[in-house]
Amino acid sequence: MADKPSGLVQGTLDMLILKTLDLEAMHGYGIAMRIQQISKSVFQVNPGSLFPAFRRLERAGWLKSEWRNTENNRRAKYYLLTTQGRKQLRGEKREWAKQAAAIARILEAES
Amino acid sequence: MSLLRNLASGLRGLFRKAQVEREMDEELRGYLDTAVHDKMRGGMTRDEALRAARIEMGGAESVKEQIRAVSWESLIQTVWQDLKFGLRLLRFNTGFAAAAILSLALGIGANTAIFQLLDAVRLRTLPVKNPQELARVAIDHRKSASGHFTSRYSDLTYAMWQQIHSEQQGFSNSFAWGPTQFNISPAGEVRIVQGLWVSGGFFQTLGVEPALGSLLLPSDDQQECPSAGVILGYSYWQREYGGQRDVIGRKLTISRHPFPITGVAAPDFYGVEVGRSFDVAVPLCAEPVVEGDESQLKSRIGWWLAAMGRLKPGWSVERAAAQLRAISPGIFQAALPTEFNASNAKHFLEYKLGASPAGSGISDLRQQFEDPLWLLLGLAGLVLLIASANLANLLLARASAREKEMGMRMAMGASRARLMRQLLAESLLLAAIGAAFGALLARNASEVLVVSLSTQHDPLFVDIGMDWRVLGFTAALAVLTCILFGVAPALRATSVAPGAVLKGSGSGGTQVRSRFGLRRILVVSQIALSLTLLVGALLFARSLNNLAKLDPGFRRDGIFVVDIDFTARHLPKEGRVAFSDELLRRVRTVAGVEAAATAAIVPLSGDGIGHDVLIGDTGEPEGEAPVAAFNYVSPGFFETLQTPFLAGHDFDEHDRTGAPNVAIVSEAFVKKLAFGKNPLAMTFRVRRMNRTSAPYQIVGVVKDTKYTDLREELGPIVYTPRAQNENPATDAQILIRSHAPLASLLSAIETMASQADPDADITFSNFHQMIDDGLLRDRLMAKLSGFFGVLAALLAAIGLYGVISYMVERRRNEIGIRMALGADQQSIIRLVLRETGLLLVIGLVTGVALALTTAKAAASMLFDLKPTDVLTYLLAALSLSVVAALASFLPARRAARLDPMAALRNE
Repeated sequence: MADKPSGLVQGTLDMLILKTLDLEAMHGYGIAMRIQQISKSVFQVNPGSLFPAFRRLERAGWLKSEWRNTENNRRAKYYLLTTQGRKQLRGEKREWAKQAAAIARILEAES
Repeated sequence: MSLLRNLASGLRGLFRKAQVEREMDEELRGYLDTAVHDKMRGGMTRDEALRAARIEMGGAESVKEQIRAVSWESLIQTVWQDLKFGLRLLRFNTGFAAAAILSLALGIGANTAIFQLLDAVRLRTLPVKNPQELARVAIDHRKSASGHFTSRYSDLTYAMWQQIHSEQQGFSNSFAWGPTQFNISPAGEVRIVQGLWVSGGFFQTLGVEPALGSLLLPSDDQQECPSAGVILGYSYWQREYGGQRDVIGRKLTISRHPFPITGVAAPDFYGVEVGRSFDVAVPLCAEPVVEGDESQLKSRIGWWLAAMGRLKPGWSVERAAAQLRAISPGIFQAALPTEFNASNAKHFLEYKLGASPAGSGISDLRQQFEDPLWLLLGLAGLVLLIASANLANLLLARASAREKEMGMRMAMGASRARLMRQLLAESLLLAAIGAAFGALLARNASEVLVVSLSTQHDPLFVDIGMDWRVLGFTAALAVLTCILFGVAPALRATSVAPGAVLKGSGSGGTQVRSRFGLRRILVVSQIALSLTLLVGALLFARSLNNLAKLDPGFRRDGIFVVDIDFTARHLPKEGRVAFSDELLRRVRTVAGVEAAATAAIVPLSGDGIGHDVLIGDTGEPEGEAPVAAFNYVSPGFFETLQTPFLAGHDFDEHDRTGAPNVAIVSEAFVKKLAFGKNPLAMTFRVRRMNRTSAPYQIVGVVKDTKYTDLREELGPIVYTPRAQNENPATDAQILIRSHAPLASLLSAIETMASQADPDADITFSNFHQMIDDGLLRDRLMAKLSGFFGVLAALLAAIGLYGVISYMVERRRNEIGIRMALGADQQSIIRLVLRETGLLLVIGLVTGVALALTTAKAAASMLFDLKPTDVLTYLLAALSLSVVAALASFLPARRAARLDPMAALRNE
């Protein structure tokens, strides 16, 4: 087991979920696994924060959900990105890049 | 957009709750299944996979709780759930609920009732158009003035009003008014209604519309108007005329003069005086017709009017006041009474007019009762605090009983905030129900208060209603008390460690000890607050007792006052004394009358006459001449009131006009004006404005008596024979001492008077009742503070009882062991009472400190009593100690009767 995610910056989880769904619609477990895989287990998302985030994003109008059958032929709730969600993701990515670059510059200047 | 979606999704959550919950369950189950499936593919057995997945996920319930927490509608749901649950709990604990709601209802009700009165007399504005534009015109800082003062608001004379009306510039409209009482009976016994003298601009300036007919106009201000139209107040019209519309044009008799009724004022308009409501308004110009010889309008020294104006747009009260100040010299020069002597005139010409905001009306009631009401509100607030402390105590006791429940729920995943919310919802429920009952109680209580402040001769009208201020006040009280009594117990109840509670039996341990400490603190503060309230109650009760026991210098009991007004006979001055002598002679023959005499001033009626006294036959005093109070009496006055003579003798029948002037003076006169010389060898003159009388010879000295008010200091009083008065009144005010039954006495006197003069107006009053009416405020304070004091002591006793019972319960084992080891009942009782004693002593010491600082607020309302009166504090502490001893004796006895074996076996 990897270390517990030492602290997802507030709001980052929302961005990761949006990014994950940018490729295709997925269900909750799938999203959690995808985030874990791509981050090479640096981020491990537990349902206690994942599902409230779904509800929050849905309320904000960035996600919508529908019940579909999985590859194992089970019913699961799939989440899809809305147009607004896509716009939001673009904005967040830009903002993130800006902030990450700024932080990197600060860290380099100090060393 | 997103707000709409949020709302829609939230509403779906509210109304299709079951479906939303089902979907949530299914989603989470799916997540778990997939996770298990995944892990099994990774090589785990089914059991291992399930276990691992469950650990990863955490409690399903707590995840669901977190999801719900995201949405607003779940808050509504949980609050609703909490309220339902709370209601159910209260239904199961009816005893607790009833006690809590009753004490809250009493506390909140008392506060609301007093606040309602304050709101009505102090905070609310007049029910007229744009009341904030109104200002009252009066003399700034008027210390003393000479003349006749006949109304509650004797701000101005008519001459001054005329000047102000024509010279002022700050007001678009202005009016003068004066409160009075009219006799509307066409004949026989007097029928009094509450009247107003008003100038023509009264209704127009205030913007009051007629309910019927038409109201007065500025053009109605005539020189004289013997047949002017009068206006009825709406409620009087409803009461006396049943709201009949044909009342317009009918005649109303005022002092035997018929006036046509021309209009009825709008329903909610009661006048500009808060606390009183007018029945009939009559134009100023009709005053000479109604009052005849005693007209104030024609006299330049009659102070009987107050004035108000509506500010012009753009004018502030300050600017209007400045303009009035600037024109003051001219106004007072023009209105200077010719009757004044040099010193009177000097004072008069120095007056400066001013203006003050009058949007909330004018009220002597406010002056008289504002401070007492704020004080009572403070006392009622303390009672509510004590009641809150009691509730907190009860809830703390319940908190220990519910420890297991809380522990269980926390173990199942409920957050502390969630449990707090539920406990506070229960408290809020109690507070809301208590406040609702309190508001109901307050409605009746404030009406009872108003009735208790009214007297037969002075009915009060206070428009008590629920407005936003009162509602807000009650709601704020409910929330505040809820926080006061709810938060600490809720914090305590949820500060449990679930594991410990579920494991242990839940009794003992440090937590319980500290919780008990809080309860002790509550009881100590209850005792301290109760002591403060009891001290207040006793102070007011003792002050009232001082007033009631006070020797005013005459007897109060068995004295009746009959006023026979024979103005209608139009007797010349010489005839009046003879006729009133005749009336007095006849009254003395009535069966049951022990003694009778006439007096111009009935002591303590509030009326008074004051004149300068010049000692000796000639000469002017250096500086200001001393002032004495005067009364014009018939022979037998002192005998009737049983005021003893200290020297000399009473007047007799020979002391009339033509005979040498004689006077009887009071002890204080001798002390202050005669400097201890033999008064019977002394003479003095009386200066009435610019006329100085011939010398008076002092023929008697009587004991000091009170004159206008029981609270005043004893001052010099001069009595002169009524028969030597230059200006005899057209009525005979006869004081009668009698022990005969009132009804038969009154009817005998009425028959006698109507035989002597069929047209006479007759008014009766009971001397004792009149004096009592003057103590209204003192009685109100004594009664209400007494009520609060007793309530507080009772609540504190209940609190103490609860804590001591709890202590006994908690120390059962210890007490059992002590008894098993040979302690007898007495020593167990002592053990318990020692606990009470400790709490009591701390409470009393704190209470005395608190009372000493707060009692200062009452100092000005106390008569002949200091707010630090030691006996009062001792009495309060003693009575509270007795109550406390009783409250803890019951649990102590229960402890002493404990069966040691049973107590020990319990563990």
